[in-house]
Amino acid sequence: MQAPPLLQLKGITKSFQAVRALRGVSFDLHGGEVHALLGENGAGKSTLIKVITGAHQPDGGSIEIEGKAIPRIDPASARAMGIAAIYQQPALFPDLTVTENVALGLETPSTTSRIRWAERRTRAQELLKRVGADIDPDTEVRKLSMPEQQLVEIARSLGAGARILIMDEPTASLTQNEVHLLYAVVRDLRTQGVGVIYISHRMEEIFALADRVTVLRDGESIATQDTKGMDESTLIKLMVGREVSSLYPPSETNPAGVTLSVRGLGCNASGVHDVNLDLRAGEIVGFAGIVGAGRTELARVLFGITPADTGTISLDGKGASIQSPREAVEHGIGYVPEDRRRHGVILEMPIATNMTMAIHPTFFPWSWLRFGAERDLANGYIRDLGVKTPSGDVPGGALSGGNQQKVSLARWLATRPKVLILDEPTQGVDVGAKSEIHKIIRRLTNEGLAVMMISSDLAEVLGMSDRIAVMHGGTIVKEFTGTDANPHDVMAAALGQQGSSHENVPASE
Amino acid sequence: MKRYFRELSVLFAFLAILLLLAFRAPEFFQPSQLLSMLCDAVPVLIAACGMTLVIVCRQIDISIGSQFALCSVFAGLTASSGLPMPVVAFVAILCGAAMGAFNGVLVAGLGIPSIVVTLATMVTWREALRWWREGEFVSNLPENFQWFGLSQQVGQITIIGIAILLFLFLAFALKHLSAGRFVYAVGSDKEAARLAGIHPQKVTFAVFVLMGALTGLAALLTAVRFPDVDPKAGQGLELKAIAAAVVGGVAISGGRGYLWGVAAGVLLLSSIAPALVFLHLQPQWEKALQGLIILLAVAADGWRAVRKKD
Repeated sequence: MQAPPLLQLKGITKSFQAVRALRGVSFDLHGGEVHALLGENGAGKSTLIKVITGAHQPDGGSIEIEGKAIPRIDPASARAMGIAAIYQQPALFPDLTVTENVALGLETPSTTSRIRWAERRTRAQELLKRVGADIDPDTEVRKLSMPEQQLVEIARSLGAGARILIMDEPTASLTQNEVHLLYAVVRDLRTQGVGVIYISHRMEEIFALADRVTVLRDGESIATQDTKGMDESTLIKLMVGREVSSLYPPSETNPAGVTLSVRGLGCNASGVHDVNLDLRAGEIVGFAGIVGAGRTELARVLFGITPADTGTISLDGKGASIQSPREAVEHGIGYVPEDRRRHGVILEMPIATNMTMAIHPTFFPWSWLRFGAERDLANGYIRDLGVKTPSGDVPGGALSGGNQQKVSLARWLATRPKVLILDEPTQGVDVGAKSEIHKIIRRLTNEGLAVMMISSDLAEVLGMSDRIAVMHGGTIVKEFTGTDANPHDVMAAALGQQGSSHENVPASE
Repeated sequence: MKRYFRELSVLFAFLAILLLLAFRAPEFFQPSQLLSMLCDAVPVLIAACGMTLVIVCRQIDISIGSQFALCSVFAGLTASSGLPMPVVAFVAILCGAAMGAFNGVLVAGLGIPSIVVTLATMVTWREALRWWREGEFVSNLPENFQWFGLSQQVGQITIIGIAILLFLFLAFALKHLSAGRFVYAVGSDKEAARLAGIHPQKVTFAVFVLMGALTGLAALLTAVRFPDVDPKAGQGLELKAIAAAVVGGVAISGGRGYLWGVAAGVLLLSSIAPALVFLHLQPQWEKALQGLIILLAVAADGWRAVRKKD
């Protein structure tokens, strides 16, 4: 490779109060290379990214760009040096058009100079073409699909002269086909000489895209290696520092009686219609489908967030009307939402408080808080679920994604639910924590819980589920039992290709 | 300790003023002077307690000054019509709670931003009162109205005692009751609270009702100090309450704040005027000094937030 590297980090350290997030990370990136960054949640990936983009100042270590030492990076100078980051959730302005969004990234002589919109529009078109996106530059961003928004974001970064592009879990909310489109864009960027730092938990992506991979563990860079000649299990071993046992824990019980039964369920506002479903105690029903198929929407109907306007729900044979989350909780339904950073955990509040949030009426029957009991309960779940935290007093926002997910899970386990709805339980969670969460889910199911598990990770759906329900266009189009499911058929049903009894047009893009 | 640094520094500032007065103007500590100063602080303290809940819930209520005036007039009219004092107290508090409920319905039920709703009700109540009473004082109050028919000193002690008991109850409830925690949860993240089975609308509504009821009580405890009821009472009360809450460490963005910090804020802000008098300084500096304290408080918060980010 040619010297000097585009970006070179040496011995970067960074602490937050008592937590040493980075304890000496070295990393380098060359132009025209895809360098994957791997590590469990809490290993320091996000912190490292924030150091590179100037959001955090490192406590120690050196940063060089093209051989020049950079004493201090702040977000503005990072941008000026061509560093850009793309996160899971596109950070675009939804009410502005594509052109306007791209224009915001383009160089402007000064704040008061006039913007030549026609010129900008052409530039935006060029940039969109460069990332292979066929998007009308005059559409408002909120009308675009998730992958389209991602492409707009990449175009914007390129427009801003990005030479170092950081992609943080870019495929987290994409479907299989969209992922392949993104691959093509990334490969194209590589040939254009852009250096890409690629973060993902999906092994197949790392092997498909990356030239080299650096593994972070507990704030240290453990190894940097070429992906050629590497295999998955070596990589996983490097990440977790231990062997990961069999990936998916098997079921140990036979499903008992029907816990949750749903007939002809529909909700106009969210596009869910004609859903029939039986969920038995002791089974995991995996929900597969493409983004927008109505899986999260169904979960929200069942949990009373957007209450159903047609159909019936019954629990243990008794009819139930669920008009609000409170009523869902009272009926024994728990919901671990997809977007845990926003809705699963209250970031400002201590972990212990978060865990008891949904059980106030039963846990504090006289409305008086019992702090001792709360602490015991929290410590119990911290131990049981292996939450990495010094105590229950730490605010939820201080934890890594996987640990927040466990806190969110604990909140619902504390309600002793009969039915637990998990929406993307392991999205953005590292391999080690992922298999822990899988074990927890299976253990709870063995104890008699009925689990509805929504996941876009096909391997997870196939591996974990006793039955699989495939949704398309707002309703369940096909069901598989654990044994007759294979990836191809499930995916085909999710894409609406199978000749199924329901012929549905996708509700919306 | 570090966690309460903000609240403690306000308390120390107040103690510093007391210390200064102890050396330079010991006559400040005459019982009658202290009682009168604390009596002045009572309505602000009670209103600031309610305001703290409102702000922790990520709302604001700027209509309490007007509510205060209406409650005072209603209390005065009830008393002059010869009804017994408990009924008078009930009317004042109910009147405040009703106006709070009106705000609550508009904010929680219709989802209108509280700054807009309470701006509208602030103007409406005040103007309605002016149109109705034409600025006339309520006089002909019965014997048992002023100081509850007690001597001035016992009356003052009663008022201060009620305020302290109420404060202790509210501070305890906010920490030890589920309802208190729900207020923090809704103020931190409304959607997350909803997903946890809390009804953010009910919580928000309740907070506004409580704010109104507390304003009614504050109005009653102020009205009984004078021989007749001023229909222009309570002007600027909302600003005093918000200022005390902000100085006392309540985050205007919701989700954070402790009542005892707010009490320290009330004491600090209301000790300035008498301190200036006793130190023989120009009393017109009061507002400027209060402004400075508020600025220092918010600057400290800003400074802390900036440092935390890095």
